Amino acid sequence: MTTQRRWWKTALGVLFTVVMLFPVYWMINVSLTETRNLRADPPHWYPRDLTLDGYTAALSQQLPALATSLVIGLGCVVLTVLIAAPAGYSIALLNLRGRRSLNFLLLVAQMIPAVVMAMGFYAVYVRLGLLNTVGGLIVANSTIAVPFGVLLYTAFMSGLPREILQAARVDGASAWRSFISVVLPMSRNSTLTVALFAFLWAWSDFIFASTLNRNGNFIPITLGIYNYIGNNTTQWNAIMATAAIASVPAAVLLVMAQRYVAAGVTAGAVKD
Amino acid sequence: MTSTPIALGQRGESGRAAGAGSPVPAAPPRRRARRRTMSASQWTALGFAAPLLVYLVLFYAYPLWRNIDLSVHDYTIRAFVQGDPEFVGIQNYVELFTSSTFGTALANTLFFVFVSIIFQFSLGLALAVFFRANFPLSNLLRALFLVPWLLPLIVSASTWSWMLNSDHGIVNSVLQSFGIGQINWLTSPDTSLLAVTIANIWLGIPFNLVILYSGLQNIPGEVYEAASLDGAGPWRQFWSITFPLLKPVSAITLLLGLIYTLKVVDVIWVMTTGGPGTSSTTLAVWSYREAFGTGQPSFSLAAAVGNVLIVIALVFGFLHLRLQRGQENS
Repeated sequence: MTTQRRWWKTALGVLFTVVMLFPVYWMINVSLTETRNLRADPPHWYPRDLTLDGYTAALSQQLPALATSLVIGLGCVVLTVLIAAPAGYSIALLNLRGRRSLNFLLLVAQMIPAVVMAMGFYAVYVRLGLLNTVGGLIVANSTIAVPFGVLLYTAFMSGLPREILQAARVDGASAWRSFISVVLPMSRNSTLTVALFAFLWAWSDFIFASTLNRNGNFIPITLGIYNYIGNNTTQWNAIMATAAIASVPAAVLLVMAQRYVAAGVTAGAVKD
Repeated sequence: MTSTPIALGQRGESGRAAGAGSPVPAAPPRRRARRRTMSASQWTALGFAAPLLVYLVLFYAYPLWRNIDLSVHDYTIRAFVQGDPEFVGIQNYVELFTSSTFGTALANTLFFVFVSIIFQFSLGLALAVFFRANFPLSNLLRALFLVPWLLPLIVSASTWSWMLNSDHGIVNSVLQSFGIGQINWLTSPDTSLLAVTIANIWLGIPFNLVILYSGLQNIPGEVYEAASLDGAGPWRQFWSITFPLLKPVSAITLLLGLIYTLKVVDVIWVMTTGGPGTSSTTLAVWSYREAFGTGQPSFSLAAAVGNVLIVIALVFGFLHLRLQRGQENS
């Protein structure tokens, strides 16, 4: 293939990417636009009289919500890894009896719509007094990541060379010791993938937040944005600034862990 | 559709986990011998799985059971707090199926799901084929395509709301320059469903691209070299090689898309709250609205709608497991 033809493909690729990312650009554009220019007709294609008012408003009002989302996201990561890693080890390497039925259950668990889980959780939480608590939201959010985490760990750990485990056993290591000193360190990439997805799902959750925590003192950022839209339909620059800030974790994680993202989706969705 | 990629890819025997046809796979004979006693190693295995088992009972089984319980009682807010709802059997389900919303919600769900999937898939596939070619910056550009999929859905949904705004939206502004008059995307019953579907298609493209691209990577390059030696052009290569060899991955992508799209609430809720009227209400949105979207929650009806949704998702889920099993046997 000639160089010329390859650059032609690059140009086309750039064009596709620009079209695809246009809404993201538009979000940033609106977030930097002055309030009086928001209703300009036709809309400005780039922010004239660039302003950071939207960001100032967003940060002064939504900082607690961002912190809450961070706590929920990290809590969800910890809970998911604590439950999924040992379970994956058990299914993949300790030949847990009934592991096929368990795998089947985990697949089914992932098909249950979140709105249905939200209602069940609501009914349970209303009695336990867990509505409007951050802890309750961490648990509810983890139901999305836990089955995925177990299946991902299982898939990865089944591929670990059994000789290493046998060698550890010969050296007198218990199952727990092998798990901590051999299996977990070798599964680092799986842990990163599971943690990445658990965090992103928890961070972007809206359904659980809007059903289980709608009157809480500490609301996550997604609910913050939603309430913003309802209360404040004039200040779209502040809404879009909040949205842009809420997208930062996704952007950072994408840059840092791009190969885990792709690996996670494909490991999760395609045979080997 | 940013939801969970359903992990199908367990290697080896665990991948055959209970197919649709026979929920209880026959145990291999050699294992039956030691079925009766629990060996020490089995206790260890159980110990490591215990947190998961407890978790599944507490946070899946129990809420789901409560949900079924909701659907066969008449729960009002008062009954919720006092815990004395009246048992009504299948009355909520009767109400659901005879409701005038049911037909609309079902039709909207079908439109939303199938139109979304057709476009997500074909655009995802076209892009995967495009990015398969090795050209400068292709990896970077492909990575950028993931951005929409990683953004919180509420962010994307509010951005689309603003873009589709009747008076100041960029979409109408561009259309006007082509001489097309103002379209009330989100506020007209004729276009609201289309508007949320367009946003959802955009959201689903990255996921389809990633899976299909990885499927393409598994097709050996020699097949293409041989084909081009035989004089097959790109179009012919696509239909004679790519498409047939990608069939298993395509089938899985389509089914996953289907299961996720069925569940979508947040995109639609943020953009239109299912309205105007019920013009963009899907089954999932209907369930959400009955329980949480109005001042007067009707939990029992919402739970019944939710359970119908579970049944639909499971039907496709079993289809998906069947397909996966068929693939492993072949």
